[in-house]
Amino acid sequence: MKREWKIFAALVGIFIVAYALPLGSPKTQQAIQEAFRLLQWYARNHTLACVVPALFIAGAIITFLSQASVMRYLGPNANPVLAYAVASVAGCVLAVCSCSVLPMFAGIYQLGAGLGPASAFLYSGPAINVLAIFLSARVLGLSIGVGRVVGAVAFSVVIGLLMAVVFRKGERAKAAAALQMPEPEKPRRHIGKTALFLACMIGFLVFSDWFNPGNVVVTTTDGREFKAAVIHETKDNIRFQLEQNLGPDKTGDKISLPKTQIAEMTEQQTWVIAVYHIRWYLAGLLGLAVLIMAWRWYEREELRQWMSNTWQFTKLLVPLLYGGVFVVGFVSVLLPEKHIAQWVGDNSLRANLVASVIGTFWYFATLTEIPITQALMKLGMHNGPVLALLLAGPALSLPNILVIRKVMGNSRTIVFILLVVVMSTVVGMFFGTFF
Amino acid sequence: MKKIQILGTGCPKCSKLTENAQAAATDLGIEYKIEKVTDINQIMGFGVMMTPALAVDGDVKSVGKVPSVEDIKKILA
Repeated sequence: MKREWKIFAALVGIFIVAYALPLGSPKTQQAIQEAFRLLQWYARNHTLACVVPALFIAGAIITFLSQASVMRYLGPNANPVLAYAVASVAGCVLAVCSCSVLPMFAGIYQLGAGLGPASAFLYSGPAINVLAIFLSARVLGLSIGVGRVVGAVAFSVVIGLLMAVVFRKGERAKAAAALQMPEPEKPRRHIGKTALFLACMIGFLVFSDWFNPGNVVVTTTDGREFKAAVIHETKDNIRFQLEQNLGPDKTGDKISLPKTQIAEMTEQQTWVIAVYHIRWYLAGLLGLAVLIMAWRWYEREELRQWMSNTWQFTKLLVPLLYGGVFVVGFVSVLLPEKHIAQWVGDNSLRANLVASVIGTFWYFATLTEIPITQALMKLGMHNGPVLALLLAGPALSLPNILVIRKVMGNSRTIVFILLVVVMSTVVGMFFGTFF
Repeated sequence: MKKIQILGTGCPKCSKLTENAQAAATDLGIEYKIEKVTDINQIMGFGVMMTPALAVDGDVKSVGKVPSVEDIKKILA
């Protein structure tokens, strides 16, 4: 019944939008165009090389890696040092769908390794699944993608430890029930085979997703020569980001040059660009290896399960991601650019704090944090607040906080929220200073 | 009459498990009552760390996965 009401509400929502949308206003027309433009950009640039392979990898992780074996390290008798280490990276394997994060968090807290590792898991889990990692690196830039992973993993341990220290005296209300673990499945093959299989798939994703940073050496018609990275190219102009000082412009500045002024433009000889040129051969080779391994090592039934899990994720994530992209494209045109720049346009303490507070309370549906931050970046958000938002965003949200409160009570929840806000702000500021 | 409980906070996997459990029980022709347990503390009360989980008459039978209709039949039989 609840489900039927949801469908009804969705239909009413669509009806109201269709009925009331002011199609005549140029702002709306522009917004509709931007929505489709952004959707097309995702479809052309991020779908076949990134989202699709990542969905297969997510399916494979759930099917072939035993999650029970990971949870064992977080059980009641776990070694504490190991428990922190495992909790901070377990999201990679366990939290492919964010709906599974909360029950696992509650489980680790009440039945297993306790408050510290549970907090660590809750902070890093949603940020480090395969799709989130690759999409952030691809869409928002490599440095933010890496910053997100490193920040989430490293600071989850810090937050976990602080939580454990603050509440070291608090009695832990252990659930009375005996722990129900899924019975360990007999490994059907050597763990090395599974590892190699997954590594080849991730390798495929890395290469198919390889990005050309566009580092070039430009010679202008008036004889100047400089190094720069191409940002984008239009019919008559090319926009560069300088990698060395050029006249009044400093390293990092963005300049536009008409094509008529450019005499020669050659690619810099870096390994990144060299790999870019052969990326499809490398990806193809690894893809072939994956197919052969799947055919030789795995039973039909397992492969069927893999496909079924992949399909489950697809049904879950694709409408959210592409729906999110569409809505973000629409809304970004209507957002007042100067307000965003005013609040989060620099790397000040206030900008980072605003970003992490918003991230803490705002609800991001799985993966939609990526198009949202992308739109905000285009409107002038600085890299520091971007990372702060990405760190605080998926870890907490208002509905999420209510569930957490039920699990661990008011005082622990408040301290956890404060820690998330403070840590995300600090990491964002630190990151923003360097990138 | 068997009491079948589906433990999970309401993600698509839990609905899938509910479907499978219903199909299995109907196939076997047994009398049953299905109940969804979505409250996280209640789920913890079963000792379950990974959802979705399936409990029959209060005993947890499967954890952290969606068993097939055939598997659930074996559990219920």
